[in-house]
Amino acid sequence: MSHSLSSSIPGFAPAPAAIPVRAVLPWAAFGVVLALALLYFVGAEQGATSLISGHAVHEFVHDGRHLLGFPCH
Amino acid sequence: MTDVTFWASPATDGGSCLMAGRLLARGMVAGVIAACLAFLFARIFGEPQVNLAIAFEAAQDAAAGMAPEPELVSRAVQASFGLLVASLMYGAAYGGIYAVVFAFAYGRMGRISPRALALLLAGAGFLTFVLIPGLKYPPNPPGIGHPDTIQLRTATYFEVIALSVCVMAIAILVGRRLALRLGAWNATLCGVGLFVVLTALVQATAPDINEVPANFPAVVLWRFREAAIGMQIVLWGALGLIFGPLAAAVLAPKEGGRRLAG
Repeated sequence: MSHSLSSSIPGFAPAPAAIPVRAVLPWAAFGVVLALALLYFVGAEQGATSLISGHAVHEFVHDGRHLLGFPCH
Repeated sequence: MTDVTFWASPATDGGSCLMAGRLLARGMVAGVIAACLAFLFARIFGEPQVNLAIAFEAAQDAAAGMAPEPELVSRAVQASFGLLVASLMYGAAYGGIYAVVFAFAYGRMGRISPRALALLLAGAGFLTFVLIPGLKYPPNPPGIGHPDTIQLRTATYFEVIALSVCVMAIAILVGRRLALRLGAWNATLCGVGLFVVLTALVQATAPDINEVPANFPAVVLWRFREAAIGMQIVLWGALGLIFGPLAAAVLAPKEGGRRLAG
């Protein structure tokens, strides 16, 4: 592995190397989509819009929705 | 591969992709752990205020001759499992977003250790996602907010968060660009100044929403908002402190070499 090579050189202190953008992008897309889905169910489902009928989701996360700052009722 | 790219990117492509994935996973884990602590805080300091607000709402309804609202989910469940699950989902979500930002920022924000960068970004996340949007649309307890305006309130709330993210991104990009010409200190001042001006512009143009009933107890409202902001400080503070060492371990092949050498 190339990074174990650099760390094995005595006295060599590399500057922190950035992770290439193209390596982060797929994970960034995956992470952001996942996060938005989670935030939607905590913050907006059965409030402004509704994917699941009824009020069970809204009632279940009710206290969290209020305390985490989302608009409610 | 030239020597320059070799040293600029010591890890192989597969290695850096794996590294980004591990950072994302650890961010979400750190978010879940932080959410457990935030849940405890909210349970102790937030729930009493939620109960007082619900009691006020019920008294208002009774005085107006309305039947009490049916309980689909019991108050005990809402205040325990419901609050816990909502907190965990919120923590995992922002933990993930935060880890993605960390993966992009690491190595691009000057010489700063993973743990210091983790704490810095947690502060920026709290400011961007919570404090700035909350100044315009603060958290409200039950009994505040008309059901008819939920569409508008939800839309404006998410818009103000999105604009807050844009303002933070613009300020950082402009600050970084100016750093070469003005030096780090002056460039940071310019970035902060731009952030303040753009934030003021966003907050002044977003519609005002005030649906607090005239007779709503002021102390309950204040204590509720204190608890809500405290919960977020616990969440983001813990996220930054927990993610730092976890991220440092992922980046260890580079950092470990320095630690051994130094």
